[in-house]
Amino acid sequence: MEIIEVKNLKKSFKTGDKELVVLNDISFSIEKGDFFSITGRSGSGKSTMLYQLGLLDHPNSGDIIIDGVNVTSLDHDGRTDFRLRELGYVFQDYALVPDLSAIENAAIPLLMQGLPKTEAYQKAENALQKIGMGERLHNLPNQLSGGEQQRVSIARAIAHDPKIIFADEPTANLDSETADTVMKAFLELNSHGQTIIMVTHEPEYAILTKRAIKLGDGKILADGAPDKIIHL
Amino acid sequence: MISLKLGFFLALRQVKHSNKATTALIIFVMTLTFLNLVVVRGVLVGLIEGVVKVQKEAYIGDIFVSTPIKKDYIENSPQIISVIESLPWVASYTARYTKGGKIEGTYKDRVNYTEKANEANATIAGINPENENATSHLSSKIIKGQYLTKDDTEYVVLGAYLLKEYFPVESAAFSTMSGVDIGSKVRVTVGGNTKEFTVKGIVKTKVDEVDMRVFMLDTTLRNLIGRTDYNVNEISIIAKPGTDPLFIKNALIKNGAEATAKVQTFEEGMPKFVTDMKNTFAILGNVVGSIGLVVASITIFIVIFVNAITRRKFIGILKGIGISSKAIEIAYVFQSLFYAILGIGIGLLILYGFLVPFIEAHPIKFPFSDGILMAEVGATFLRVFLLALATLIAGYVPARIVVKKNTLDSILGR
Repeated sequence: MEIIEVKNLKKSFKTGDKELVVLNDISFSIEKGDFFSITGRSGSGKSTMLYQLGLLDHPNSGDIIIDGVNVTSLDHDGRTDFRLRELGYVFQDYALVPDLSAIENAAIPLLMQGLPKTEAYQKAENALQKIGMGERLHNLPNQLSGGEQQRVSIARAIAHDPKIIFADEPTANLDSETADTVMKAFLELNSHGQTIIMVTHEPEYAILTKRAIKLGDGKILADGAPDKIIHL
Repeated sequence: MISLKLGFFLALRQVKHSNKATTALIIFVMTLTFLNLVVVRGVLVGLIEGVVKVQKEAYIGDIFVSTPIKKDYIENSPQIISVIESLPWVASYTARYTKGGKIEGTYKDRVNYTEKANEANATIAGINPENENATSHLSSKIIKGQYLTKDDTEYVVLGAYLLKEYFPVESAAFSTMSGVDIGSKVRVTVGGNTKEFTVKGIVKTKVDEVDMRVFMLDTTLRNLIGRTDYNVNEISIIAKPGTDPLFIKNALIKNGAEATAKVQTFEEGMPKFVTDMKNTFAILGNVVGSIGLVVASITIFIVIFVNAITRRKFIGILKGIGISSKAIEIAYVFQSLFYAILGIGIGLLILYGFLVPFIEAHPIKFPFSDGILMAEVGATFLRVFLLALATLIAGYVPARIVVKKNTLDSILGR
């Protein structure tokens, strides 16, 4: 069952008088429960693709349908609400709010959804325990290591049971040992049916996913099993 | 509602983890701004209020009955006084005889008659010491010597502005006496008669009309000026507490007092320049306060703007994960209100816990009044509201500017 369907997606940027086409008439779909990686060289449009799928940016044309909803037609508030309820995000630099403890960071989307505080904190705690951060609930981000912060970031992304998690280079700032831990967490989540879309330039992590696309020159250069396309 | 609660939650955490010294400094600025807003105006208005207060206490009273311009005295004074005595709203009154005269000191030591005499022009006032004191509390304003008693027929109390020691100003039109002190012999010339008196006391109220008078017993002055009809020149009346002085004025008018006298309430009897000065100083205080308000607004604007711009990335992240712009803006509004509420709270404590009682007990000594700090609760809370409102706007605008920026640009820092 498809959870994302992308049709004729186009995204370009204007630099002076020139138009730089980053994504050019791209179409593909992603199955529910997939662990999907977007790879490609630097500047190939990997992150741009993720931002379009994750509703953080607006394409020039084309449609993105997530779980039956054409999200490209949503207004600003509709997109914000969709991100809050249906999507989860993990950023390269963890992006935790520095004034909030681990549990507060994870609870914040739940509080915004209007959940009572106790329920939101309980769900946040469950999410943190799920990714092995149950002992650091009340630590501020600056009291956590990079890997721990990234795991808190994952807990924030999963606490509200999103349909899809978007991860933008989640291992780029981590040493290999910590990056392995983070990838294990993603694999664990995916094994329970969580759809994950991850941008990465690191083949050793892309290869761990179920399916990958390789972007280049605004097009999909390859689409398929990661071990088949990664070295193309 | 959710945005409000979440905004409060975010603001609370942000304040909790902010730099303590910076927070203290911002609150200190808010406290100073609040005090600037209230105290500067309060002192300026209080300065004039001091004049007003002392004019009322020491001279005019609640109701002032005075001589019409074209008359020498209030005709039918005894009838008016009997009406006053019959009114149930009157706490006390004093009837004063006044006449322009001259007072000369150290005349016994004068050797060179080509030089100007040691004299001063003065209003000679004849009073009943007990009634006067019950009305104007003149005895409490004696700065040297003693107040008059009903038997002091040979004594006078001098207004301080007649003496160079207290009022070192001299011009061709205005002169003061030197070398005159308690026990000195002075010569008072009034109504063509001259009589020697001994100085018993010196009074200083900072009201020109009082401090340029020579006070003696009413019986003595009547004899000197030959006023046998008991017609006085002015009557000050104090109303009983809680009584509207207008009752007294209306009763006097109803009994025909206005036919022979000018009957005024304190506000009507107060010199116009005092009212004008009070209004001018209030405007001046408001102008100074407004500048403070603008400075406070700019301070809060800068604090919130710097705070928001340095956290632009986190604001982008919050928006990215679905937190509404409104909740983030509310967080900054709460944060600025936190600074304002604490600053104002401390300011109110300083104002009503220290400054007002302190200045009440130790008035600011101005040449023409003992200045008090006017900080009426209503006016103070209007300023509290204005400062809170200015802070709220100053917190909201920069937050809105930063929050309005493109989410992805904020996240990526571009």
